[in-house]
Amino acid sequence: MSTVPDTTTKIRFAGDGTAFDVTGVQWIINPWDELSLTRALQLKEESNGAIEKVTVISVGLKETEPVIRKALAIGADEAIRIDTAPLDAYFVAKQIAGSIKDDGFDIVLCGIDSSDYNGSLVGGMLAEFLGIPSVSSISALNIENGEVSVNREIDGGKEVLSVELPFVAIIQKGVALEPRIPSMRGIMMARKKPLNVKAPVEADSLTEMISFEQLPAKAACKMVEEDNVKELVDLLHSEAKVI
Amino acid sequence: MDFELTEIQQMIRETVRDFAEREIKPVAHDLDEKAEFSEEITKKMGELGLFGMNLPEKYGGQDLDTLSYIIAVEELARIDSSQAATLAAHNSLGIGPLFYFGSEEQKMKYLPPLCTGEALWGFGLTEANAGSDSRGTKTVVKLENGEWIINGSKIFITNGSADISVGSTVQAVSGDHDGKKEFSCVIVEKGTPGFKTVSMHGKMMWRASDTGELYFDDCRVPEENLLGKVGQGSKIMLSTLDNGRLSIAAMGLGLAQGAFELALQYANERKQFGKPIIKFQVNAFKLADMATKIELARTLLYKACWLKDIGKPFAKEAAMSKLYCSEIAREVADEAVQLHGGYGLMKDYEIERFYRDQRLLQIGEGTSEIQRLVISRYIGC
Repeated sequence: MSTVPDTTTKIRFAGDGTAFDVTGVQWIINPWDELSLTRALQLKEESNGAIEKVTVISVGLKETEPVIRKALAIGADEAIRIDTAPLDAYFVAKQIAGSIKDDGFDIVLCGIDSSDYNGSLVGGMLAEFLGIPSVSSISALNIENGEVSVNREIDGGKEVLSVELPFVAIIQKGVALEPRIPSMRGIMMARKKPLNVKAPVEADSLTEMISFEQLPAKAACKMVEEDNVKELVDLLHSEAKVI
Repeated sequence: MDFELTEIQQMIRETVRDFAEREIKPVAHDLDEKAEFSEEITKKMGELGLFGMNLPEKYGGQDLDTLSYIIAVEELARIDSSQAATLAAHNSLGIGPLFYFGSEEQKMKYLPPLCTGEALWGFGLTEANAGSDSRGTKTVVKLENGEWIINGSKIFITNGSADISVGSTVQAVSGDHDGKKEFSCVIVEKGTPGFKTVSMHGKMMWRASDTGELYFDDCRVPEENLLGKVGQGSKIMLSTLDNGRLSIAAMGLGLAQGAFELALQYANERKQFGKPIIKFQVNAFKLADMATKIELARTLLYKACWLKDIGKPFAKEAAMSKLYCSEIAREVADEAVQLHGGYGLMKDYEIERFYRDQRLLQIGEGTSEIQRLVISRYIGC
């Protein structure tokens, strides 16, 4: 699970443009991960006890704990925070793999990307490091009689696959309608649920940020009267230079 | 000093904000327009755990502190005063007296269902001729053959007459000692013969909340339906209103916050004389003043909650919070309409509803004048 800036945050960059300015930013659960968590909890509820627990795992510093606590309030049974800044996708995938490789798990659900850096890399890398399969762009994830099937959106249709456990499920829109809102009871109970902090494993980051650049501001919109076709054509020709 | 919210309080703010934006905002306009009370939203608020937030778990509550509850009311009022009113009235006036003054049997019987959002409870205090002067109460109650017999009527009772309203706590005159009225509170359940409720329509504000009249015509309830002791009516009322003031203050604060945000957004989008109107200092200063008032209101209200949570007297600060938050709600909503210009007068714009909704806050649960009276007594006038 990634901790990301609220989607309405105004994005600014610090000093030399190589880092994201976090001043005053409201942090939330990455929306794709929130959807993954929602589906995981539904699956657990539907499983009549066959699924023992849902664990949230996140790579981040102590400041991310309120967001992790929210995942517990929503209903996860326990959480693991790997105590290091998430440097890049390779580094994060290494951390998660290092942390869970010896734990018993059936499905690792992760969002298709994080809404901040949009790398779409962690899920695939994680499966590779764990030596298990992954399925990307999952829009439905179901378990019936112990058989796991997933839907994938593909060009012009959908693909239905049956998958063997364990595997990494890379989740996109569709697996759950809406993320859950925690209840007051959930918020109170989240305090008592385990949030285990683990030391990071040795890993490199393979990328280096050179610069961030804002999109150029949108140019002013020019309105042309509906019957003034000539002016429109002239503007498209001389100013916009598209014809 | 520490002004930092706890992690739980912060999470409650985010959660209730999320809920209000997702579940209430899309329907607030229509419910207001049709003056329709929503059982569905009430039930959802119950599922979220907003009813009985301050109650111990054994009564179905969440065992949260006062400030957590006040933040929840504030966040609802930021989006829709009607839903905030349903919540605030039910918790402070419906559940409150039963919890603080009920016997263990009464609490176990009444409170758990009232924490679910599937049942509401009213507090019958105001009468047609007894508003600020509650000693003018005419409704009478007397004990006869092991039953309390109630006669009279109540008016403006929030949550008193919805289909899911299951009863009310009623204050009535139980005796007269040398011209001095004695008050007692009794519990009256829906369906009791002689007890009738009528919904009130034609409200300017809080149109999607339930407001009712209660009528008692030789209404008989068992002796054990007395809440607290005989003659404790005034004490129950005063203590209930002290708590209620905090939640009305929270409604003022939340409404002001919502109105401010609407104005800020509109002033950024609306262009006149070639630039967004927010770029004109006359408008920017309005917004600066609004933000300052909101900050002051929040600080005062949260301090009153903090006093209550640490067990110190808070009645003076509660009255000050109710007075200040409700008055700045009016000022902020008024300036927010001004920033909207002509569009602010149209129902298509949310600010119009905020402008109407704020007007109750200086009247309900003790007018601004009564708050000043309370405060003036505390400061030795």
